[in-house]
Amino acid sequence: MPSERAPVSLKIAAGAGLLFLHLPILLIFIYAFTTEDKSYQWPPPGLTLKWFAVTWGRPDVWAALRLSLQVAAISTAVALVLGTLCAAAVSRAHFFGRETVSLLVILPIALPGVVTGIALRSAFHIAEIPFSFWTIVLGHATFCVVVVYNNAVARFRRTSGSLIEASMDLGADSFQTLRHVILPNIATALLAGGMLAFALSFDEVIVTTFTAGQQQTLPIWMLEELVRPRQRPVTNVVAMVVVLVTLLPILGAYYLTRGTDAVAGQGK
Amino acid sequence: MRALSDTLWRRPRLTIALLLAPPLIWLGVVYLGALAALLVQSFFSIDHFTGQINRTFTLATYAELFRASNFDIILRTVVMAALVTLASAVIAFPIAYYAARYARGRWKALFYLGVMMPLWSSYLVKVYSWKLILAREGILTWGAAKLHLTWLLDGWLALPVVGGNSLSVSATGTFIVFVYVWLPYMILPVQAALERVPPSMLEASGDLGAKPFQTLRHVLLPLAMPGVVAGSIFTFSLTLGDYIIPGIIGSSRRFIGQAVYEQQGVAGNTPLAAAFAMVPILIMAAYLWAAKKKGAFDAL
Repeated sequence: MPSERAPVSLKIAAGAGLLFLHLPILLIFIYAFTTEDKSYQWPPPGLTLKWFAVTWGRPDVWAALRLSLQVAAISTAVALVLGTLCAAAVSRAHFFGRETVSLLVILPIALPGVVTGIALRSAFHIAEIPFSFWTIVLGHATFCVVVVYNNAVARFRRTSGSLIEASMDLGADSFQTLRHVILPNIATALLAGGMLAFALSFDEVIVTTFTAGQQQTLPIWMLEELVRPRQRPVTNVVAMVVVLVTLLPILGAYYLTRGTDAVAGQGK
Repeated sequence: MRALSDTLWRRPRLTIALLLAPPLIWLGVVYLGALAALLVQSFFSIDHFTGQINRTFTLATYAELFRASNFDIILRTVVMAALVTLASAVIAFPIAYYAARYARGRWKALFYLGVMMPLWSSYLVKVYSWKLILAREGILTWGAAKLHLTWLLDGWLALPVVGGNSLSVSATGTFIVFVYVWLPYMILPVQAALERVPPSMLEASGDLGAKPFQTLRHVLLPLAMPGVVAGSIFTFSLTLGDYIIPGIIGSSRRFIGQAVYEQQGVAGNTPLAAAFAMVPILIMAAYLWAAKKKGAFDAL
């Protein structure tokens, strides 16, 4: 009969699995300090802070970071608007084609990124749209809608309709209800969804390679370094910084939606 | 303002239409439009002498997929996706089971974050970390030497197909990285499925005389299946379409994603790239249809 204490074998298997998930990322932190700059030698022959200064002085890294942040900010804004509208409609009523709408929102991340990427690229080609900042945003916003949508739809479901009716009965019009009842209710879900959308866009590389042309976002910069390593130590430092930067929105989103039935981020 | 507000309240259908219009126009035009463009391109063909794209309807491009060299790519990708899915399920199960059944309070939160953080960590950084680990001069070779297992590593690398000069340029390396990167997508739905298994059901199985292994085999695993199927949708789909991981860590034998990327880029053969891209879509459509029949979507 199963006891309340886990069998040792289960503990070991679960623990080993978690280690497998985390050790590689921790390794990045050590490599950021290595003195070795020609190979991936382990153990590091020595430790140094030099590469942080070198990375700090690199204009190409800064330019890529700036582009990534701009793209992520605007894509998140677009995704917030579209995702919330969609969630509001879907949770409000049963209407014809409701399932289709959910499917349409999920499709951009359900299909492999390479499909989304090449699809967008052929569309740009046919419509003769040159690559620009906005072609990147177009792609990112499309697959960011789903994370906002998922968070918002879960919250709308918990916000009871009687609350809205009560507001109306007390004399508020639709806009006042939206401003004073609905928005405060869904605010944290939107914030969480927005953070996740930001993290998703900041990190995206597969679709971006098809929609960026010659522009370099930070992930594209890293990809070039991975394919043709030139500055291994700088890549190590950038990798470490990226881990830290993406960690913050994830933790933030987790704390914002903790204790609700649907915790943010479950469907990346 | 007031009048507009009243109209919206009295006519909920209009409200819904207004709410849905912007997202549907965006997704419809940008995304479905792009997919349609892709579909159309796959029925074009390329003139191999001039390199010009011939814009008349033909199935010739699809026929090219069945040429031995191209069909190998498809087969290799599907086999890899299947192996990755299987390995992810095996590694994910103990983590998901422990988290669902035994972890409580603070540990539960820790387990959750322990899965979420790798899931959301930068994809490229994760791939990069494995390049560090699997490199010839990296930590794995070092560890093997310390454990006096160098013979095992070298023996494995000497094998055909799965071996190579070092793990970072072998199919084994590609497999490990795929499993690593997609594992969290398997853990979450399996855990969700296991959370729904009442402990009393396991106790009943024990009371009726089942040994722990029998309970696992005949009660727990069948109940976890919908979660595994849901997770496999992710691991399968993501592996089918990925072109970065096998390009950075792997042998020169290509996968579907790489074929798509090269055909539309270097080779300039967009029709063939489009036809290649339809393969994962078709496989996933069939897969999703089968998964839906199994009721896997309730576990998502």
